[in-house]
Amino acid sequence: MQVTSRHFKEGAHAALHDKDIQKAFSKVKGGFPVARAKAASELPEFEDLRDAGRDLKNHILENLDYYLEYFEDQVLLQGGRVHWCSNYAEARDVILQICRDADARTVTKGKSMITEEMALNDFLEKNGIEPIETDLGEYIIQLAHEYPSHIIAPALHKTKDQVTELFHEKHGKYGFTERLTDPQALVNEARSILRDKYVAADVGITGANFLIAETGSTVIVTNEGNGDLTQSLPKTHIAVSSIEKVVPTLEDASLFLRLLARSATGQEMSVYTTFSTGPKRREDIDGPASFHVVIVDGGRSDLVGSDKQDLLRCLKCGACMNHCPVYQAVGGHTYGWVYPGPIGAALNPQMVGLEETRHLPNASTFCGRCEEVCPVRIPLPKIMRLWREQAFETEVTPKPERWGIGLWAYFARRPALYRIVTRIGARTLKTIAGKKGRIVKLPLMGGWSSVRDFPAPQGATFMDQWKKQNRGRK
Amino acid sequence: MPARDKILGRIRHNLKRGPLGEEAANALKARLEGHSRGIVPNRTELPHKAQVDLFVAKASALAATVARIATLDEVPEALRDYLTAHNLSTKIKMAPDKRLDALPFDKTPMLEITRGSAEPSDEVSLTPAFAGIAETGTLCMASGPETPSTLNFLPENHVAVIKASQITGTLEDSWDRLRAEYGVGNLPRTINFISGPSRTADIEQTLIMGAHGPRRLHILIVDDEKKS
Amino acid sequence: MSATAKPKNVALFVTCLVDLNRPSVGFAAVKLLEAAGCTIVVPKAQTCCGQPAYNSGDKKSAKAIATQVIRAFRGFDYVVAPSGSCAGMIRHHYPELFKDDATMMVEVGELASRTYELVSFLHDICGYRPENVRLETTLTYHDSCSSLREMKVKDQPRALLGSVDGLEIREAEDREACCGFGGTFCLKYSEISESMVDTKITNLLASGAETLAAGDLGCLMNIAGRLKRRGEKMKVLHVAEVLAGMGDTAGLGEGEN
Repeated sequence: MQVTSRHFKEGAHAALHDKDIQKAFSKVKGGFPVARAKAASELPEFEDLRDAGRDLKNHILENLDYYLEYFEDQVLLQGGRVHWCSNYAEARDVILQICRDADARTVTKGKSMITEEMALNDFLEKNGIEPIETDLGEYIIQLAHEYPSHIIAPALHKTKDQVTELFHEKHGKYGFTERLTDPQALVNEARSILRDKYVAADVGITGANFLIAETGSTVIVTNEGNGDLTQSLPKTHIAVSSIEKVVPTLEDASLFLRLLARSATGQEMSVYTTFSTGPKRREDIDGPASFHVVIVDGGRSDLVGSDKQDLLRCLKCGACMNHCPVYQAVGGHTYGWVYPGPIGAALNPQMVGLEETRHLPNASTFCGRCEEVCPVRIPLPKIMRLWREQAFETEVTPKPERWGIGLWAYFARRPALYRIVTRIGARTLKTIAGKKGRIVKLPLMGGWSSVRDFPAPQGATFMDQWKKQNRGRK
Repeated sequence: MPARDKILGRIRHNLKRGPLGEEAANALKARLEGHSRGIVPNRTELPHKAQVDLFVAKASALAATVARIATLDEVPEALRDYLTAHNLSTKIKMAPDKRLDALPFDKTPMLEITRGSAEPSDEVSLTPAFAGIAETGTLCMASGPETPSTLNFLPENHVAVIKASQITGTLEDSWDRLRAEYGVGNLPRTINFISGPSRTADIEQTLIMGAHGPRRLHILIVDDEKKS
Repeated sequence: MSATAKPKNVALFVTCLVDLNRPSVGFAAVKLLEAAGCTIVVPKAQTCCGQPAYNSGDKKSAKAIATQVIRAFRGFDYVVAPSGSCAGMIRHHYPELFKDDATMMVEVGELASRTYELVSFLHDICGYRPENVRLETTLTYHDSCSSLREMKVKDQPRALLGSVDGLEIREAEDREACCGFGGTFCLKYSEISESMVDTKITNLLASGAETLAAGDLGCLMNIAGRLKRRGEKMKVLHVAEVLAGMGDTAGLGEGEN
């Protein structure tokens, strides 16, 4: 996918002045976080589960090679096939080949972030295969030629009125000509169109929330049921997964399921949690005749054993963005690549390069709310800080910033000199402020003054006053 | 180098080791075969009768509807009552399941029963559940020749039959039952955990029922334990 | 209980913002700590905790400044700062900074364990409650992110404020949300910061309180500065000033009356 993170500031500016985006994203905080808090409070074991989830993921990552191989063995035993892909290009090619082998003309798709990463839809289209997103949100943004602004609510940025116009424009060819305004009617129309698509599709592609090593199963979690129709009606089912999704046992998956829905939407369980194991059995009267698991690395193995390995614990629940004040202010697209919000700020530099994404880990107040709600306790602010350190060390951080910090640090490391500078500074600022007690335009601090007045210093510094009172000991 | 070797090699390189030694691998294998449970919510530590009540309460909170009947033979009438009360079609696609085949549909001639997997024109499905999970009001459906999983998704109205004795406490309990039924390490092609009817909030975060799966989920609980 | 116990030997970490911008907070802290039975020392060699460098990715400068702090604050029973952010830096981030330096780590860990945010120190360690302090006002308390999440300061300031005569606490909506300060964040991403502080201000004003208090001067300068820019009347004080009976001090961004 095209990376536009370089233009974060411009994107933020545009988003902050877009009424629809403001309305949509400011609404988030009254929804998901409230539901999550309720669900967490109703499960006394929730905090212990988070600790256990963190520890279990760490155990998995320390033995990732073993569990992936074990998983592969089980898939093969069950009659499925496993395709390993180092990068997006390999994965796209493998998927295309499976589709061609199935003589596929149309492909239905369940929600999958990894296929967003590899821009699979564009690739399939270019190769003459029509991909149809079936998650309602994904369907909406596919029609609009956009990409997700939230990892579990991809069309969060779209207003109902925009969906009305979009459906009116695109659904005429199916014989739907009425301009619908009721959300239920809009859902019904999409439902009815997608029904035919499910049945006609030659291949169904889903993501995977988990891969179960014990049984060789892939797991998807949805509320709509689209993923299940996608994977049970076509003759071929392809589950695409990144390497870190493997979990050892069904019991281990149960632990993560208890964390996932609660953290994401505040549900105790999502409506549909489905374990798929191999192709349909000999006597079965429905289900796919062939089952493929595409395991994609896409840069993740570089995180293993690194100071940012904790990122691989991510369950993709979206809690971090739901609780992030920056995300709520600027929306998802501003982040400029697949993952928005705190997880994007911490992960995207790894996936698409720090130089392109340097704003993302910087555009955070480190308020810590993301880490506070992460079901597997990923230290997101800490990882953003590591990126800042890397940017500083490799001179990705712009020179004026580096010099500014350097200059300040020069004084901060020399207390006697610092006293003199602060003494002059405090008095000067107080003089500029005069009787008003505040400064409207602070020299060299446009970032401050464009938004706020500067509350002026009271006068002499604390250290000077303290010394004068002759109470200093050291 | 094949991608598989590249990926596994890279993981091992970054973990600063080669493939796991025999001892470490055996420990992991033992862990895989141990099926030990993690933290399990204690909310289901109840007498079985109370677990069934919890299942009903939880499923109802998820917008499923529940009716409790005394015997399996009452399914046809309960089904008829439900369909007529909601003014739904009486054409039913039924799972080709032996237990359902044995039901006395002669008492409800207005119900038109066909058997098989789901087709887009089906409006009502009737399926047996494998287990129920009291913890969250969730149904566990196991696919098979007699229980095609498309019946759980394609029709607009899904009626599931479960015996009270099939309702267990937690997700983990259903794994134990599945292992007992299908053998350790084996699962049927599809296990569906279903918690209420289909829904979406993808348009302005407004909750709408019936996104792609069933708009309605009705659960018939057969109180097979009452007599004892 | 503080009257009978052996006096606690406390080093005050003034913080750079209090030193430069609002010394009255430092004096309020001294007054409170003395009233709580502590003897106070203000080590001369302090400037800043190093957080601006640390959060900008300049680890080398952060370490150098941290080393200076570690040396200057040797030998006291406690180190107390009128800021959750600076105390959090010393308690949680110094160990992170020096985690690869085994020799430093001993001392860093020891310093971290005796470093406290002022209000929680008064409440939890000294068992202090304000007596005969009066401030006729309705007040809303803003939870700064570092105080709340790093230093677990939440109930303590409310308990102490509850002992101030004439003061009525009015809680704001979404009180755990960030105000948009974030150190250099508010300079580099001023438009996003503006949106965040406006959301914060909307909630603070809706509480109907006349006065805003918090335990971190950074947040207070941000919120006060924005309030003044918008022409709002809410008075802004550091919680230490309120608790020390200095509530009549001119609020942030106000001229002398």
